[in-house]
Amino acid sequence: MARAKTTPPVAAPTTAKREPLFTGRDWDFNLLDRVYGAIQEIAETELKLDTYPNQIEVISSEQMLDAYASTGMPLFYKHWSFGKHFVRNETLYRKGWQGLAYEIVINSSPCIVYVMEENSATMQTLVLAHAAFGHNHFFKNNYCFKQWTDATSILDYLSFAKKFVASCEDRYGQESVEQILDAAHALMSHGVHRYPGKHALDLKSEQRRLEERQAFAEKHFSDLWRTLPKTASRKKRDGEDERRRQMLGLPEENILYFLEKNAPRLAPWQRELIRIVRQIAQYFYPQRQTKVMNEGCATFSHYRLMTRLHESGQITDGSFMEFLHSHTSVVFQPEYDDPRYSGINPYALGFAMMEDIERIAIAPTPEDRAFFPDFAGCGDGYGVLRDAWENFRDESFILQFLSPNVIRKQKLFRLVDDSEDDEIVVASIHDERGYKAVRQSLSRQFDVGRQDPDIQVADVDLAGDRKLILHHNVVDGITLDGKDAAKVLHHLANLWGYDVKLLEIEDGETVAAHDGSPSRAFR
Amino acid sequence: MHIIDRRPDPGGKSLANRQRFMRRARALVKQAVREASGSRKIREIDGGGAVTIPADGVHEPSFHAGRDGGMRDYVLPGNKKFVSGDRIERPKQGGGSGSQGSADGEGEDNFRFVLSREEFLDLFLEDLELPNLAKRQVMGDAIERRHPAGFKTSGPPSSLSVGRTMRRSLSRRVALKRPNPRELEAMRRELAELEADADDHTRIAALKAEIERQERRAKVIPFIDPVDLRYRRIEVTPEPIARAAMFCLMDVSASMDEHMKDLAKRFFSLLYLFLTRRYKQVEIVFIRHTHEAKEVDEETFFHSRESGGTVISSALIEMAKIAKARYPADQWNIYAAQASDGDNLSSDNARSLAILRETILPMAQYYAYLQVGRGDYDREDGVFARQETTLWRAYQELIRPNLPMAMRKVNDRRDIYPVFRELFERRDEAAEAR
Repeated sequence: MARAKTTPPVAAPTTAKREPLFTGRDWDFNLLDRVYGAIQEIAETELKLDTYPNQIEVISSEQMLDAYASTGMPLFYKHWSFGKHFVRNETLYRKGWQGLAYEIVINSSPCIVYVMEENSATMQTLVLAHAAFGHNHFFKNNYCFKQWTDATSILDYLSFAKKFVASCEDRYGQESVEQILDAAHALMSHGVHRYPGKHALDLKSEQRRLEERQAFAEKHFSDLWRTLPKTASRKKRDGEDERRRQMLGLPEENILYFLEKNAPRLAPWQRELIRIVRQIAQYFYPQRQTKVMNEGCATFSHYRLMTRLHESGQITDGSFMEFLHSHTSVVFQPEYDDPRYSGINPYALGFAMMEDIERIAIAPTPEDRAFFPDFAGCGDGYGVLRDAWENFRDESFILQFLSPNVIRKQKLFRLVDDSEDDEIVVASIHDERGYKAVRQSLSRQFDVGRQDPDIQVADVDLAGDRKLILHHNVVDGITLDGKDAAKVLHHLANLWGYDVKLLEIEDGETVAAHDGSPSRAFR
Repeated sequence: MHIIDRRPDPGGKSLANRQRFMRRARALVKQAVREASGSRKIREIDGGGAVTIPADGVHEPSFHAGRDGGMRDYVLPGNKKFVSGDRIERPKQGGGSGSQGSADGEGEDNFRFVLSREEFLDLFLEDLELPNLAKRQVMGDAIERRHPAGFKTSGPPSSLSVGRTMRRSLSRRVALKRPNPRELEAMRRELAELEADADDHTRIAALKAEIERQERRAKVIPFIDPVDLRYRRIEVTPEPIARAAMFCLMDVSASMDEHMKDLAKRFFSLLYLFLTRRYKQVEIVFIRHTHEAKEVDEETFFHSRESGGTVISSALIEMAKIAKARYPADQWNIYAAQASDGDNLSSDNARSLAILRETILPMAQYYAYLQVGRGDYDREDGVFARQETTLWRAYQELIRPNLPMAMRKVNDRRDIYPVFRELFERRDEAAEAR
């Protein structure tokens, strides 16, 4: 927490003292407007943030609870699981066990920022700096978001989805819609494309493909002259298998996509429902990949913006103390043996790393120069940060930028827990030998590709009983949770319409297998 | 940047999702409600409140890594004493320092949430197998009446009064002389004609200036201005309501077991609910009796044990006394419900009947007698068919069509409702007669 009190290493540009924007805790719309203007000035001239236009919406705590339930989106289709989250949050909130967020921000253009009416004037300032500038800049510039989401159309799409689901419910009944949505939700984590799709071929690759085809034709031609029918027929069979897989686009890791395109017994409206769930999963995929960076960017921005407002006298000492109180609790990282510990706090890690990047850019130590020859001492802290915000995601960001200084400050250490060993080994700690290993391990911990098990649709027995075969590529011997896997497979079988089988394969050996059969085929 | 005030928007956006969730978890919630209503006080039955259901029933599965096995490699903050190469004993059951798992609220045993009053009652009544009509009557939303009461200048978009708003817009436009599109069109046409002839230049110039002036005017004076907006105003007035006193009489002699008491309690709860729908103020008096009667609080009423014989008239006398002292019949509607297993001292029957007929029934709106059984049907249907109890036979003599009294035998929860059906029917007849 001492971090919050240290003065920024930047030689802060001296600013003429100005009148405070507000003094009490009350605020009104005019004040929000002026505060926004003051923040915007600093954000655009000093931090050079580039944002979508903002739309600030003032909501009550009731409405915040509503927003919580539908993953923060202003409109969403109806499903019981959102009701479940709603009643849970409502209970926690009403009993006083859990506070509500001060804001919710939506990756759309215009960027929608919900602020709570209960917030004090200081908190509204903080919220605007955090969400309307920090998150907003990240949404607009980070490559993951650029690649995967279309901020301008998401609200329209959600509105379409909501209407479509409602019309299906009217037509086919809530139960049958729910059945599809339940099944699709269970597979949501395996309903994203992790890599961009194929691009149209250019002339060169067209040429290459033509040559390949000719080579293939020649090979076939020579096959005609073979006189060993047995091998020929086996070859043909193999070729057929290959061809079938190719026709179905197998192997395919986007299970929902595969079902949407290939499940034999789904009606068009059912395919469309799966598509909706898939599109939404895809929309949230970048957010899952950039938790540390997204929150780090927002937290760093609000901290810097608030400090600058305070330096120029636009917020009072009292307000600044109120801000620091809330800021320090946001970036608080309990230690592993603390009862409050519940994983690494992305706000804390992101903020600490970004502050350190700025320090390294401006006042590096010899160690920093050895670790970060690219930018240590380059002098343009904000520039380095903007570049990082634009071109990295959590995994690569940590791998590139986690400095020994941060590792030491947070006292990070790495454990290796091998189930064949009866003790856990402390593999590395925050020392010279450990920095790189800790960094690599932490980076992997934030890799979505490793968090979600690697499950792919491998094959279909189209000629036989149409059983769908999936493979789970087991890494480090970590197999699936069997109980949940069986339930998901049951959902999957319902969508596919026939039996499914999931093989867990490690180094070419099957270590576990799960089966699922449809309870009733969809009509 | 825009600022939008969403607070006046209609709330309850999650209501539909909540209802879907309730439907999904209905069986579980019903079970939970049954348990909760057993442990609640009669007066509190009406409150809604928290229930807990097993999380397994509403679990959303996903593919994720299991908790044990394999090689795991993770980073934790806050190292204090470890150096690399240290070996630590594995904490039990993964929990402890495991940073994996529990990411999506996994591992919860129970799911606890709060039911609203309506939801709680709905399930409570469903458990008693009340038909919907009766349920509506018991739940009765019609205590307040809403009626339109003029207009106001702010409100949610859904209550915008278009007619009134347009009327104000029109009068404002007329008063401020906003040009109407037809006039403008006429002037433009005239201008076009003049320009075609191209002779009267002064007239053309004047017309052009006039058109420009009018167009500017149309821009400055909006078609609808925020000052025009009018919203419908709804006033809520409470219905006139009277008071009721409810007497719960129960035999607590040793022959009444827990099952019987539970049945009696449910019956009393339902009567209380019914009365609170009809009357603003409902007082409950608990009178328990063995061979002598006593007014007690609810806790004692249901839970303390007493031994002794059974003399029902003692309770009736006690009730008559209390009613006379505290709840005079001209100011209070008096309801009484008696629960007993039917064993009365046979010499007391005549006396009880006399008190009922002469004192209690004349002042009471309704008197319900509930004979609770043990709930084991075998004995009743078996070879040794039970004889009617003495009290039952005695009361049966009393029953006449126009007497506000009903009696029932109840062995199971679902038998409770028919008693109420009579109650409702009676009320309807009375309403028609009036």
